[in-house]
Amino acid sequence: MSVLPQVAPGPSVRELANPSRRAAQAGWNVLWTGVTGLATLWIVLIVGVILGTIVIGGWRTVTPTFLLGNPENGMTEGGIFPAIFGTVLLVVLMILAVLPVGVLAAVYLHEYARATSPITKAVRFAVNNLAGVPSIVFGLFGLGFFIQFVGRGIDGALGQGVLFGQPAIVWAALTLALLNLPVVIVSTEEALRAVPRSSREGALALGATRWQTVWHVVLPQALPGVLTGAILSVSRGAGEVAPILFTGAAYYLPYLPSALTDQFMELGYHIYVLATQSPNVEQTLPLLYGTVLVLLVLTFALNFTAIVLRARLRRRMGLRD
Amino acid sequence: MAAPPLLARPVDHRRRRIDRVAEIAIAASALLTVTGIVLIFVFVFREAMPVLFDRDTRLEANLAKFFSPGGWQPVSDHPKYSFIPLLVGSLKATLVAVVTAVPIAVLAALYTAEFAPRAIRELLKPVVELLAGIPSVVLGFFALIVLASVLQAITGSPSRLNAFNAGLALGFSIIPVVYSVSEDALRAVPASYREASLALGASAWQTAFRVTLPAAWAGIFAAVMLGLGRAVGETMIVLMASGNAAITSWSAFDSIRTMSATIAAELAEVVVGSPHYSTLFFIGSLLFAITFVLNVAAGLMVERMRRRLAGA
Repeated sequence: MSVLPQVAPGPSVRELANPSRRAAQAGWNVLWTGVTGLATLWIVLIVGVILGTIVIGGWRTVTPTFLLGNPENGMTEGGIFPAIFGTVLLVVLMILAVLPVGVLAAVYLHEYARATSPITKAVRFAVNNLAGVPSIVFGLFGLGFFIQFVGRGIDGALGQGVLFGQPAIVWAALTLALLNLPVVIVSTEEALRAVPRSSREGALALGATRWQTVWHVVLPQALPGVLTGAILSVSRGAGEVAPILFTGAAYYLPYLPSALTDQFMELGYHIYVLATQSPNVEQTLPLLYGTVLVLLVLTFALNFTAIVLRARLRRRMGLRD
Repeated sequence: MAAPPLLARPVDHRRRRIDRVAEIAIAASALLTVTGIVLIFVFVFREAMPVLFDRDTRLEANLAKFFSPGGWQPVSDHPKYSFIPLLVGSLKATLVAVVTAVPIAVLAALYTAEFAPRAIRELLKPVVELLAGIPSVVLGFFALIVLASVLQAITGSPSRLNAFNAGLALGFSIIPVVYSVSEDALRAVPASYREASLALGASAWQTAFRVTLPAAWAGIFAAVMLGLGRAVGETMIVLMASGNAAITSWSAFDSIRTMSATIAAELAEVVVGSPHYSTLFFIGSLLFAITFVLNVAAGLMVERMRRRLAGA
């Protein structure tokens, strides 16, 4: 509790000399606070309406049988279990690919390289621009590189017909991994920045090598940031549809994917299919709303965890700096 | 008893070797990022090359056809490959998105940075992050099922799915990036600027609009360019909510087919290596080039602003 009374800033000399001018200024202040405030309120409203519509439209559909059932009757009835399963498998494979590379690249940028070296600049430039490449272009890349080039190449070497040179969950996961590389690098780097210099100096002074310092001292302290990056990329990976359109997502599959070369069903793609390809939109509408709700809850739960972790990290950073 | 010499411990060789291996792995990971973006360009362009260099492909699809007026009907007995309807479609959707989203996002950023009480500011960040976290397929679904009906009831437009509907939803998807980059820019303006302005007797709004905003304009311009890049490349929203009819018109209430949606809708059906296939990859190369230029330009603007404010 503050003991001193709050003192409002006094009027300027000019305002004292001219009360009507002072009143006009106060009016403009109110007007612009109002206009900018309304713009902000509009954003809040957009978010509220979108989420509200989906929750109201979907909550009745989301039952255990919906979550654990298979699509039935030409996808006009039944559940979405294969799509949930495919999504989880996809993001697990993706994170296995992107996490080590992203963390090591961030370690390079923050711990190993000099900030002014041309290589560091090139890496930073690549990270910034990779984040801006449209997701559909990642889809084209996945098809052109992973399937047509790498996959066909492996098939040619094996000589046993087409196995890798076709859409598959492994190619979709690798495409998403590249898409999410900047997310992991940026949040890992932020976490590395929060580790105090004295930790590194202490380790090095005790005779640890550079890698021992990074592995045993720096990275453990940066763990929340690394996790934040991982979770954010999982959340983003679960919602991206364009990159997997041609690299492995299937319209409908009667079985669950069990090998890296299998195709898979995915929540986001399932939404697209239900919304645009359904023979009877009215009848599939509840299923559609339910699927959207499941995807949203999944991504928001992940995002929320990431935000909490990051807030904790930033607070720690604030205390130390 | 003599102490053992510190530097001659037998583990030392192993430690050094591990250190060396780790260093290589770290450098390789960093380089993989650079390689990634190069590979994207090389391999998307590689599949597009036949439209430039392959004789048989060029008989059916070539640059002259792409950029002369006409229709987009790649699947027919006399295939038509004019990009004009697609370019117009992308342009219309992007324009609607930018015009509806940028003022809102910049004003909201201004509110957050200049006018908002602390408590509201703390509350806004999660809300915008929530919006940023909505997958684009969900925004596409919302525009297709809900927004389109509402807009049709208001405007009475004959085509339910049109450029305005898609553009508006596209705007929702770029609000977060425009907002947060603008807000960063406004926040990067040193407090001394504001203090000087207020000390000279300027009011809060005068300071906001005549001091902070001009000082941050490069960053806000960058925010707009980043938003533009997102809008041009965004796929699922326009694929679901724009009607996908390749019409060349300037009405916001006609259906459109954008470049990104064309790739998404047609690539799964085409024969690998056919002129149509190469043409779709060529459109992808164009999208890559457009967004790359916008992103590089935005990066330069931010860099420039940071240097200027730091030097001030």
